[in-house]
Amino acid sequence: MTAALETIGLIMRFGGITATDDVSFTLERGARHALIGPNGAGKTTFVNLLTGVLTPSAGKVLLGGEDITALNREARVKRGIARTFQINQLFGAMTPLEMIALVVSERLGEGGRPLARLDASPRLVEETADILARFRLDDIMDERISTLPYGKQRQIEIAAAFAAKPSVLLLDEPAAGVPEAERRELLDLVGSLPEDVSVLLIEHDMDLVFRFATRITVLVNGRVLAEGDPSEVARDPAVKAAYLGEGAHG
Amino acid sequence: MSTADLTARVRGSLVLARKWHPAEFVVWVMAAAAFVLFPRQLLLLNEIAILALFALSLDLIVGYAGIVSLGHAAFLGMGAYTAGLIALHVTADPLVGLVIGMAASGLLGLVTSPLVLKGNDLTRLMVTLGIGLLMLELANSLGWLTGGADGLQGIAMGKILGIFEFDLFGKTAYAYSLTVLFLLFVLARRIVHSPFGLSLRAVRDNPLRAASSGVPIPWRLAAVYTLSAAYAGAAGALLAQTTQFVSLDVLDFHRSADVMLVLIIGGAGWLYGGIVGAAVFKLLQDWIAWFTPQYWQFWIGLFLVAFVLGGREILHGGIRALVARVSGRRGGGS
Amino acid sequence: MTLLTILIDGIAYGMVLFVLASGLSVTLGLMNFVNLAHGAFAMVGGYVTVLLMQRLGVPFLATLPAAFLVAALAGLVLERTLYRPMYAKSHLDQVMFSIGLVFMAVAAMKYAVGSQQQIISLPSFLLGRFDVFGVSVGRYRLFVIVLCGLLALALFWGFVRTRFGSRLRAAVDDARVARGLGIPVTALFAVTFAVGSGLAGLGGALGVELLGLDPTFPLKFMIYFLIVVTVGGTTTITGPFFAAMLLGVADVGGKYFIPQAGAFIIYGVMVALLILRPEGLFARSRS
Repeated sequence: MTAALETIGLIMRFGGITATDDVSFTLERGARHALIGPNGAGKTTFVNLLTGVLTPSAGKVLLGGEDITALNREARVKRGIARTFQINQLFGAMTPLEMIALVVSERLGEGGRPLARLDASPRLVEETADILARFRLDDIMDERISTLPYGKQRQIEIAAAFAAKPSVLLLDEPAAGVPEAERRELLDLVGSLPEDVSVLLIEHDMDLVFRFATRITVLVNGRVLAEGDPSEVARDPAVKAAYLGEGAHG
Repeated sequence: MSTADLTARVRGSLVLARKWHPAEFVVWVMAAAAFVLFPRQLLLLNEIAILALFALSLDLIVGYAGIVSLGHAAFLGMGAYTAGLIALHVTADPLVGLVIGMAASGLLGLVTSPLVLKGNDLTRLMVTLGIGLLMLELANSLGWLTGGADGLQGIAMGKILGIFEFDLFGKTAYAYSLTVLFLLFVLARRIVHSPFGLSLRAVRDNPLRAASSGVPIPWRLAAVYTLSAAYAGAAGALLAQTTQFVSLDVLDFHRSADVMLVLIIGGAGWLYGGIVGAAVFKLLQDWIAWFTPQYWQFWIGLFLVAFVLGGREILHGGIRALVARVSGRRGGGS
Repeated sequence: MTLLTILIDGIAYGMVLFVLASGLSVTLGLMNFVNLAHGAFAMVGGYVTVLLMQRLGVPFLATLPAAFLVAALAGLVLERTLYRPMYAKSHLDQVMFSIGLVFMAVAAMKYAVGSQQQIISLPSFLLGRFDVFGVSVGRYRLFVIVLCGLLALALFWGFVRTRFGSRLRAAVDDARVARGLGIPVTALFAVTFAVGSGLAGLGGALGVELLGLDPTFPLKFMIYFLIVVTVGGTTTITGPFFAAMLLGVADVGGKYFIPQAGAFIIYGVMVALLILRPEGLFARSRS
């Protein structure tokens, strides 16, 4: 079976800096995979290469075996890569209902229809309702997003990515900045994502990584330093030295 | 709660968002009643209706898609000159001129849309300003076609639908302009509440997320820019036909600035903003012109400055409070 | 009229445009503020010269410092009072605000001095033409080129060599970082705004003879300033300088060789350049 997402010899240079250095990476189908690394390790660049924000200097990105290196962002979304952002990227003036309906309508190919009605498509209405329910947004679906608490906004961020019905979901620090009280609900939601979605979690929070991931890749200075299941990675001396820093020596 | 319940609630919420609010009917009934109530003011009312249409057109791109423009007069002028030329050389039928005027402006919008897709607010403002001035220069230098500084003279319009003849008091003119405004408003209302309209708001709110949600931004923006241009063309055509005259003034920079002010007064991003703004603007203009005709521009300038410096918040706060008191629920216009 | 004469006329024209627009480019770069009313300060300078000469009989050269000072003072006062609250607002708001100021300035000037074109009589030593190696050069144009050239050099020097200039460049580059380094960006901006307005006033005074002066001046030349700034970019002084030269020569040349095209060429070039190089023709790329 082909991998959900794969990169082969991915290289990204900015001027003289190599932000992504020959990264070959595989995300298996249904994986719960975490990408970790210290600040400046090139995690964000890597995500941008996967989603088509950046075009690599060399190498390939394969989605379900298909070469998508040359495709732009929208085309990749259509083929099944969705992402959340480290900093919320929401439609603040909309309601959660409208935001989810928008993503669903774009996926169903309704977005180009200027005379259609949103409520006239049963599929759009049903799928929007499903997602609102799954992410526990139904009781606030008519509030303005910008007025909601941060934890809820974070949920909408994930729900919106999920609404694109991705085969690959990239979660960029989903719990970052969420207050302790709202954190549990969010982690539950991440944990209960359906099995057929392959998830790549980009995270700082080791607690979350070890709770959630069945496989971990460590990125340092744009290179893959180590990869394996959580216990292997936790034992790896190179990871301790590079990532956990002084802690390994002390 | 069951899934079916939630589905019904979602549908209900979507229906509610696009439903006509009672206050909206009041606006249109009032506009129609003005025809009977102010028979001496029909020429002014006609101007208001045309300006409202022009502002509605600008709102489609500024308020709904987040594209700022300082050159919207280019499309007004294109529609006006096209309608004027059609009347002079092809047919005196107003509806034919209106449709062709809209088409010509829409085409100009489509052709120039790639220029406004790129860049930030600042480049957009400069590029649209440049295009507006370019059109003015063009109309000025093509004197054999446009009449140059003298304008298009001797336009004689035929009867609308072969029945209604234009008169000196603006009776037919106002009825005609108001009808066109209403029909195009209903169409715009339908469009902004469609999936397409929702995607425009998405692009306006957050282009990054819109792109990550699969919205093909350039196509959507090009489409709404073209639509907006065609609406401005309709306003221009109405202007040419009801005044039976077209001059370089329709392309002048002050037209672009005025319509921006109208939208600022009425508020961008709700379809009635253009109508409210146009009424306030024209009444103010009329009132000020009554005691100081020459220095109208000074007062416009003062309003602009005062508005942006804080007057807008005060005025819109007041309007919102009023709307809230009258309706008691969220308006359906946004 | 020979090619060289046109070139020299174009350079003189471009020089004035540079002095007029240089302040705008710095304020745009520094505060990211779109001040479409910049031309109003130029108009003020122009009218200071005209009125001092016509009403009080002050000699032309003596009016130039006054034009600078009055415009600079107006800039300083307006920056302190009206402009400052605008910095945090959107570009659209800034544009509408400054258009409002332009409208007010135009109407107020019409009210105060009337809408006719103003004419000044230059002192005799600036009148007429003389031959330089067979090329006929207007005295006044040469005077403008020399004076504005010196001013440009002084600006380069001030921008590149002085402590004020290096702070200013740092602030233009990244105002937040500059604030963090303890550079008083707000005060820096107030001074720059005043000097920029003063230069516009001086440019307006010098331009009465070359560009003409009537109350619609700020509207008529708004687009020219914007071309200089957008084409030249806002990160250097050399960018706007060359943009102004280019614009001056192209405009004079265009009007001479293809008069029927009017200003069409200029606007067309601007739109094209903005699309090809939205950061400005001479801007270094920022990553």
